[in-house]
Amino acid sequence: MRTWHLDSTRHRMTLGRKLGQVSWPLVMLLVMVAGMGFAALFSAAGGSLDPWASRQMARFGMGMAILLVVAVTDLKIWMRYAYVLYALGMALLVAVEVVGTIGMGAQRWIDLGFIQLQPSEVMKIALVLSLARYFHSADLYAVGRPLFLLPPLVMVAAPVAFVLKQPDLGTAMMLLMSSAVIFFMAGVRWWKFAFVLVSGLAAIPLAWQFLHEYQKKRVLTFLNPESDPLGAGYHIMQSKIALGSGGLFGKGFLQGTQSHLNFLPEKQTDFIFTMLAEEWGMAGALFLLLLYVLIIAYGYAIALRSRSQFGRLVGLGMTSTFFLYVFINIAMVMGLLPVVGVPLPLISYGGTAMLTLLFGFGLVVCVWVHRDSVVGRRGGDDG
Amino acid sequence: MRTQDQERNRLFGRRAALLAGGKVVLISALVGRMYYLQVLEADRYRMLAEENRINLRLLPPPRGRILDRNGVPLAVNEQNFRLLVVSEQTDNLDTTLDALARLVPLGEADRARIHREVKRRRSFVPVKIRENLTWDEVARIEINSLDLPGVTIDVGESRHYPSGELAAHLLGYVAVPSESDLNGDPLLELPGFRIGKAGIERVYDLPLRGTAGNSQVEVNAVGRVIRELARNEGRPGRDLNLTIDLRLQEFASRRLGEESASVVVMDIHSGELLVMASTPSFDPNAFNRGLTSEEWKALISNPRSPLANKAIAGQYTPGSTFKMVVALAALESGTMSRDQRVFCPGHMMLGNAKFHCWKKGGHGSLNMVEAIKHSCDVFFYEAARRTGIDRIADMARKFGMGTPTGLDLPGERPGVVPSRNWKQATLGQPWHLGETLVNGIGQGFILATPLQMAVMTARIANGGRAVVPHLARDLVQGGEMAPRPMPTFQPIGVSPTGLAVVRQGMNAVTNEQGGTAWAARIREAGMEMSGKTGTAQVRRITLRERETGVRKNEDLPWKERDHALFVAYAPEQAPRFAIAVVVEHGGGGSAVAAPIARDIMIEVQKTFRPAVAALAPQDAASRSQGGGG
Repeated sequence: MRTWHLDSTRHRMTLGRKLGQVSWPLVMLLVMVAGMGFAALFSAAGGSLDPWASRQMARFGMGMAILLVVAVTDLKIWMRYAYVLYALGMALLVAVEVVGTIGMGAQRWIDLGFIQLQPSEVMKIALVLSLARYFHSADLYAVGRPLFLLPPLVMVAAPVAFVLKQPDLGTAMMLLMSSAVIFFMAGVRWWKFAFVLVSGLAAIPLAWQFLHEYQKKRVLTFLNPESDPLGAGYHIMQSKIALGSGGLFGKGFLQGTQSHLNFLPEKQTDFIFTMLAEEWGMAGALFLLLLYVLIIAYGYAIALRSRSQFGRLVGLGMTSTFFLYVFINIAMVMGLLPVVGVPLPLISYGGTAMLTLLFGFGLVVCVWVHRDSVVGRRGGDDG
Repeated sequence: MRTQDQERNRLFGRRAALLAGGKVVLISALVGRMYYLQVLEADRYRMLAEENRINLRLLPPPRGRILDRNGVPLAVNEQNFRLLVVSEQTDNLDTTLDALARLVPLGEADRARIHREVKRRRSFVPVKIRENLTWDEVARIEINSLDLPGVTIDVGESRHYPSGELAAHLLGYVAVPSESDLNGDPLLELPGFRIGKAGIERVYDLPLRGTAGNSQVEVNAVGRVIRELARNEGRPGRDLNLTIDLRLQEFASRRLGEESASVVVMDIHSGELLVMASTPSFDPNAFNRGLTSEEWKALISNPRSPLANKAIAGQYTPGSTFKMVVALAALESGTMSRDQRVFCPGHMMLGNAKFHCWKKGGHGSLNMVEAIKHSCDVFFYEAARRTGIDRIADMARKFGMGTPTGLDLPGERPGVVPSRNWKQATLGQPWHLGETLVNGIGQGFILATPLQMAVMTARIANGGRAVVPHLARDLVQGGEMAPRPMPTFQPIGVSPTGLAVVRQGMNAVTNEQGGTAWAARIREAGMEMSGKTGTAQVRRITLRERETGVRKNEDLPWKERDHALFVAYAPEQAPRFAIAVVVEHGGGGSAVAAPIARDIMIEVQKTFRPAVAALAPQDAASRSQGGGG
């Protein structure tokens, strides 16, 4: 076990070589999904680039730049600064809690002028990185010790508590679940998950008390959407009607009646999958799903190929976060899950989610570029 | 360290596979759900999406007009200017209403209602402020329209009867459908849509109504119309031509004047009713405007019952106008020959009962023609006694009495034709011979409507054919109107010789000196009318009164005076028209009813003169075909 050397030349690559190492097929898949997103936003605006598609393109361009920068940055750097990033994320969460209470009812962002920064989005990255770093050097024996699991649990609980307070149930669930994936991949025992799950279920009645009225309503509406067809159940009913009426091959591009006559809520953001499936039918929806599956499979391949545990955990963690976005959003618009504000990755209109995701894929690509790096205990060169 | 790493790697691989498996399951769930929604349930959701998107709006058809036989409008649609406001287009609803209130009367109640409706509906739905605007008000609002954002004037239709009182009874009226009228037809539920509720408006409601068009419009989630997808204009209501001649109708109504009376003039061959008037009448347009309670009370408390159509709903004792039927019953049953003479001493004894003739001193000896001419009661007591009530009843029914005639108008009363069975069935009492005598002169139980009297006269004049009256010149066949073909009516089974005797008697009534209506004869050559007077006793004349002298009608209160009746046909040489006049409590038939009939019959024949003159008088069918003009 040695200390790391900044100018260690053993695994050093030039920038050009790194760019050559970037997994371009994965980038192409991302571009294809984003392309479908641009078309969908074009349609959502009634056949116009304004106001959504054009801005989304600009953001995607920016996101791709970030992806590449993240990808060519040394993996060890990410390991080294994982906790710093986490601390920064927590600080922002606290800040938004202070500022947000003064501002709007549930403000979740900090306005940086060019972008509205959501600390919870930063946390989605930082938490995965921090947990990956924590478990990087842990052998199975260590992982088996309950006391060893206490610090990462606190690491998860702190941001989740703040996000819940905002209140953003969707993001809190996403943070919990992607953390769970890392715990699982790190080798935490099954029975411990079972224990957490059972105690979690037991806590549901208690948690119910702390839910906001609109959250309770969303859950109840999810359980029986027809109970309130003009109220909160309206959105999900209309979404199902839009999806179903699209049929196998859809109504045609720009021809979605449900979306264009405004029966569909939030058609450019959370419910964009519905519009897409209405206009392009099940065929189009399946094609998009296939692209997502390919991206996820690619992420798996990268994670499994990585020589470092950090790389493996980051790769799988980010891929799983991506999967959660896809699954929760699509299940939500099809009435399989309650309506929580989770966007469809790379398609829904919205800057921060797009940047978060591309940052995350930057890390996945970074794992690929540095697949053979030996990462030390604290981000050093040796193993 | 190495083995630990390898172990960790193997665990990572295993768990990655498990995690991937879990994700495959979840993705499969998504695909399954997609398949369920977009394939299995696609048709249902497609339908729901269309229901969401497409709104079917009904276009009410304009109601058909009702025209008289010459095309003169009797019922038309008038433009009804309605004032509407669209609240989202106003800057402030109250300021707009304030501005409006300076131009048209607008009460506090109106404003409260407008606010209520605006609140209830979506902001782009027009709300009615007022309707039935006058032209002045329309002009005032149009001029100031710049100061009245959101205010529009909309032209609707309302029913108008230009002939006013003249044909009120037969035209009926239209009104908003009541609960029991609703049959699922969405047209009936359209606000402001009206259907025929009485009279011709009701009988011919379906052809007059037409069929609704519709407009398929695409609406967005809040119900705003985006565009029209399809439009089906529907079919406007058909115009309906009546057999009524408005000019004659007006003449007849004027001639009846203030009397509580009715008159029916019909074509004896075709059954067309040229005149059907009932006085006093009412203004149907007042019903459309809405009656005040005073007006309504005045209408229903008027003893002359202006709301009733006396021509079909008034049942009167026919009096002596019934004597033709008794004569024919006697002739046809062979109980009397045409030359049978009866001596009238002024009364007839039946057991201890004494039956008076209207002429105190008696008529002396007369045959059937003379008996009709002088309307001798004793002769017909004898004829009725010999023939019997049942045979008289059979004959009366052949002439259309005792049942509704089948006129295409609701509210027709059947009258009463008494017989042994009838009395047993309705009163539970056996028949008395005395009642036969009384009914033999058209008094007693027997009742007939003026329309039935006209039909009876027509059947006498047309050679014994079962003519049925009607009001519509067109026939309705499966929602379409077709000109009514010339009807062929079956013979009622009365011999021409018998009819000839009766007609000779009726001719004598008006055209021979000494006839009861000689004074009311038509002098114009070729227009002579043959008729029969009748006087229906409303009260019973007591024995004491007979001894002291029957009081004159003029000395009695109106309600106790006799009804005056007269039936006739004309022209005598080639009969074409039949008339029945009943003047309630008018006094004697010869003095009151006959002159009215005379004047109307002259006017009718003048109207149809060119057609009458052009006709060859031998063929009944060709004659009445010419009657259209």
